[in-house]
Amino acid sequence: MIIENAKWCAVNSATGKTDTLIATIDDVSLSVPKDEGNRHYQAILEWVAEGNTIEEAD
Amino acid sequence: MPIQRAKPRFTEVKDVSNITADQLSIGQIGGRRNMVINGAMQVAQRGTSSTGVGAADGYFTVDRWYSNTNGNSAGRLTMTQTAITDLPEFQNCLKFACTTADTSIAAAERFMLEYKIEGQDVQGLAKGTSSAKPVTVSFYVKGHDSATYTVGLYEGTTGRKIAATFPVTTSWVKQTVTFPGDTSGVIPNNNTAQLHLRFYLHGGSNYTSGTFGTSWNGDGNTVQISSSGNSIFESTSATFFLTGVQMEVGSQATEFEHRSFGEELQLCKRYFQYQTDGYRAGNGSGSNRIVVGVPLSVGMRATPATPANLSIHRSGNTTATASIGSIFFNSGVASSTINDFLSVRFDGISASDEVAYSVNFNADLVLDSEL
Repeated sequence: MIIENAKWCAVNSATGKTDTLIATIDDVSLSVPKDEGNRHYQAILEWVAEGNTIEEAD
Repeated sequence: MPIQRAKPRFTEVKDVSNITADQLSIGQIGGRRNMVINGAMQVAQRGTSSTGVGAADGYFTVDRWYSNTNGNSAGRLTMTQTAITDLPEFQNCLKFACTTADTSIAAAERFMLEYKIEGQDVQGLAKGTSSAKPVTVSFYVKGHDSATYTVGLYEGTTGRKIAATFPVTTSWVKQTVTFPGDTSGVIPNNNTAQLHLRFYLHGGSNYTSGTFGTSWNGDGNTVQISSSGNSIFESTSATFFLTGVQMEVGSQATEFEHRSFGEELQLCKRYFQYQTDGYRAGNGSGSNRIVVGVPLSVGMRATPATPANLSIHRSGNTTATASIGSIFFNSGVASSTINDFLSVRFDGISASDEVAYSVNFNADLVLDSEL
């Protein structure tokens, strides 16, 4: 997967946690859950490990 | 009248210790042998044709079958779910047709068709234990010409792998490969990709330069693919057809286990599903958010990703739209394994806290929880 950018969404008031981000992956904008079982989130973690940064929520 | 003894109906079997499944002349034996979902290529929720395959990884047509590419090959394919009439029992196959050839194979190039299985679904192999069992892979294949490719298993946690070559001709032929049990490399009992069935269709020297790994090994990538194999990118006339893929515990390939379309579709939905747009119930969360409940007919493997451009408008305010702010499964009893009620929170829409709304999606809901 080619990740261009990733940005956290606002805190989920139901859970009190940030659980979703918006990322552009393979030219597609996706809503990606913070779930380590999700393959897109796994790819984002690898992208971060390579030195990239997830943008903070507005 | 003399009483005659009935003739025995069965011949006594003296030694049953060596009877194997394929020697039983009883037709289709019990179900649930095939670990592969959609092995007959019946289900294609994403669509039946995709062009430009080879540029990036992805699930493009038939469900559960992943196109995996490395090394920026210039080769490109069209991938289709194709109806077939020349193979009894089967109505569909997966077809690759080369549209851009690449005969200058760089070292890092690799293209494979991959089927990934959750760790919790292959515990029956007892891999990594002294009781490890063999696994048999069978499939029907043909191509545009005679060719040789590599099929293999890859275990995700330790990277152990094994492979074999198989021939392709211009006619459908059933190929069978039995891989021995592996006493090393325990497979974690979880919902992530742990065992990968791979059809290697193109490989550079980074994957072919070692001694081909036909026994389980933890060696590097160079032993992955046979150096004597062909490439699907070798010419624009190259094709590869595949169906009837079955993977089963043991050293015998039994008849393909046909499942109904409905059953295969339900199995596929654990990993990917569509829901058509339409009105659903939502609940106000604060002054500018609505949480929409999405019941799923099949619980999903993990929280799914969805296109970020999905939005809603609510009844009484059809001009205002909102975008996704959160996608999550409601916590509850065993929710981490059932995952059958998804909540999607939309931000940027006027609402009143704890007030029910009828909302409408602007597009089909596409949920991707693939491995």
